[in-house]
Parts: sequence; C-alpha cells; structure tokens
Amino acid sequence: MNVTKVLDATGLACPMPIVKTKKAMKDIETGEVLEIHATDKGAKGDLTAWAKSGGHELLEHKEEDDVLKFWIQKG
Amino acid sequence: MTVKEMTTKQMAEKVLDKENVFILDVRTEDAFEDWKIESEHFDYMNIPYFDLLDGVEDILDQLPKDREVVVVCAKGGSSQMVAEMLEEEGMTNVYSLEGGMKAWSEHLVPVKVNDLKDGGELYQFVRIGKGCLSYMVLSNGEAALIDATRMTDVYIDFANEKNAQITHVFDTHLHADHISGGRQIAEQTKATYWLPPKDATEVVFNYQPLEDGENVKIGNTTIDIHALYSPGHTIGSTSFVVDDQYLMSGDILFIDSIGRPDLAGKAEDWVGDLRETLYERYKELSDELVVLPAHFMIMDELNEDGTVAEKLGTLFEKNHGLNIEDENEFRKMVTENLPPQPNAYQEIRETNMGKITPEEEDQREMEIGPNRCAVR
Repeated sequence: MNVTKVLDATGLACPMPIVKTKKAMKDIETGEVLEIHATDKGAKGDLTAWAKSGGHELLEHKEEDDVLKFWIQKG
Repeated sequence: MTVKEMTTKQMAEKVLDKENVFILDVRTEDAFEDWKIESEHFDYMNIPYFDLLDGVEDILDQLPKDREVVVVCAKGGSSQMVAEMLEEEGMTNVYSLEGGMKAWSEHLVPVKVNDLKDGGELYQFVRIGKGCLSYMVLSNGEAALIDATRMTDVYIDFANEKNAQITHVFDTHLHADHISGGRQIAEQTKATYWLPPKDATEVVFNYQPLEDGENVKIGNTTIDIHALYSPGHTIGSTSFVVDDQYLMSGDILFIDSIGRPDLAGKAEDWVGDLRETLYERYKELSDELVVLPAHFMIMDELNEDGTVAEKLGTLFEKNHGLNIEDENEFRKMVTENLPPQPNAYQEIRETNMGKITPEEEDQREMEIGPNRCAVR
C-alpha cells in the first residue's frame, strides 16, 4: 500500500486521535492514504464511523503489539 | 474555562429520582443504539463528537436552556470537549459525565432491602448502568456476598463501614455478562468462595463446591443461606433462600423476564432444565418469598425505593415467562427469540474460570454494553 503520511496517535485518548486524524487528512490529497497508529481502544469504532461519515474509505485495520493501525484513503 | 462535571453518583440519583435530564450522547450511532443511560424521564440527542469538531452552532437551537444538559461519551474525554464548546457558546446548564459510559457501567448503588429476622441486614447493590445486581447479607459482624462484581473495593469498604468481616462469597453461576469479583474478594478477605461444581468443571482455582441443600450460617445468629439447585441458565445455576424470606434467583428468574439458556452454547440441551426449574422447583416454593434476581433489564423493574424485588407469587401471576402453558411454545421462545449475546461473553466466561487474566482496562472494555442475560 502506498502510504502518503503516517500519524502517531498512540497514548492519546478520545477525542484526540480523531482530532489529529481530521487535521492530517487536510494535508493530503483525495485518493492518498493516511496511516494512523492509536492505542485507545475506542479509536476503532470511532475512526470507522468517522471515515464513513466523512466520505473516506477505511482500507484496512489491524492490531500489532497492542497498537491499532488504520489505513484511510481520503475521499 | 473549566467544564462542569457530573459524577456517575449524581447521575444515578437523577435516574432514581426520575429527574428530567437532557442527554447529549456524543458516541457513534451504533454505540448509542446498543447501550445508553436509561430513564423514561430523560430526553436524548445523539450526535457523534467528530461531527461537532468544527463547531456546535448547528445544534444549539435543539438543546434546552431550562434544564440540565449532560454530555456523555465513552470515557469522558470527548464529552468534556463538547461541553466546553457549548459553554463557549454561552450555555450555562451543560455538564460532562465524568468517566463516560465506562464509569457509568461501573457505578454501584447500595440499597437496603430489609432488616433480617435476627437483627441482620440485607443490601442489594444495583449496578445501574449495566443492570447487574449483587447482594450482601450482614449479621453479627459477619457478611456474605452473592454475585459480586469486579468493583471489589465497594463491597470491602461497605463491609468495613458496617464493622463486618466478609466470611462467605458466593456466585450463583459462572457469569457470562460480567467479570465476577467473588474470587478476588475471597482471596483478599480470606473468605470461603463457593461455586456450583457443575459450572466449575473448567476453573483453574480452588473453590468450595456449592451443592443442593447446603446451609451456610452468617453470624452467630442464624441467617441461613440455603442453596437450591436450579439449572437452566447454566447447568450449575443455584438459587439461594436467605433467612426463609428471600429467594436469590441468580439469572434464572428476573422481574419481567426469565434467564436465557444459550450463553454457554447449550440452548437446546438446557431448555428442559430451565422449564423444570421455573415451572416445577420454583412452583413448590412459598409464594411469599421475595425474589431478588441477579439482573434487571429495564428501569421499570425498579421499585419506588430503588430495589429490584418482587414476591414470587406476583411473578407467577405477571411474568410472561412463567405463564407459557405449552412446552413447545416455551421451547421456541427461549431458543429462537434470543437477543444478541453479551459483549465478549466467551472471554468473560474464561476470565471467570481463571483461564485468562486480562488487564483492568481490557476487563472494562469486555464489559461494555448491557447485560443481555434474559429472554422476554
């Protein structure tokens, strides 16, 4: 996957992972991919719902060593 | 600017006092639909916090100005942010629920059920956010606990305040909806931990087997706890008759519903046990016994004084699950009409067996959502 930007939101609690994701999305172009790392378990449901409501696509997500990783393509 | 916080304790009082609060729930729609702070006297609005990041102007008109607006999220961070934004727009009646739905799920309210015959007392601990009920029997400086939650400090502190030593800890069955605090409390207080052996075949710790007909005395007066084998929700499920007056029915019989037989994966096998327990074993008991279940599902099940309790005779008249004459119809209801299973119920069962030991934060996550142990 061609990742344009990586956002480290580990150690941050709600609402910060989404606040930072939203900001980072402004810096990339439509079709480009943002990779997000978070440790807040709530990030999964929130990022999924946020991406959907914002017209972005959550391409993939997985958990590695307690870090949640998300790849979102800007819509 | 500091946001005004509302504690879960204050929120619980508002629910019990039937106050008219406006809840602005800023979790996702899915989370809100799944589980929220329940009260028929509350009004609700659900809009995810991430839709409010650019401003709250659009919802200002829809929020009341003449009563409390409480912003609620999963853990209390996002609700703080939204409450602050609303305050900046000039609202003065806004609060953020401290600790969010997680803290709400953990809040316990001790309610006195009654005095016992020989001077003892019986308390019901209402876990209002999740609908779990646990019990403390107090008599002459001794205390027994039944179906304790993992908020173990609450019970230990309460017993200390009452100058009582916890000597016996019981679980009516192996729970699938919440993590039991029974074993930990027993270890901490050197109490005896009782479990029904048929539910404990896979547990990895020592326990005292709780068998049908067993009597345990609490205090040097005689508060009897009489075990009554009542399978159906699980194969080992055991009820208790306390002080000849109270029937602790575990997850077999609730006020407005009955236990579901499928959470250990055996609905078809256990439906016969469930029927026998409810329609034969319980039928032989005195109608005057006061039923104290391990759960409630809806706020309507709470009495005026905050307890969840009803006479067995009344339940035989009014509880739909006790009034299905046709056995096939009963079988159909408890095997086909089941609500979704509780969140992470398999992991919760394994935790209660001692097979896994999740971190506290993970235990909280596992317990998210309503209890869902009943079928109506």
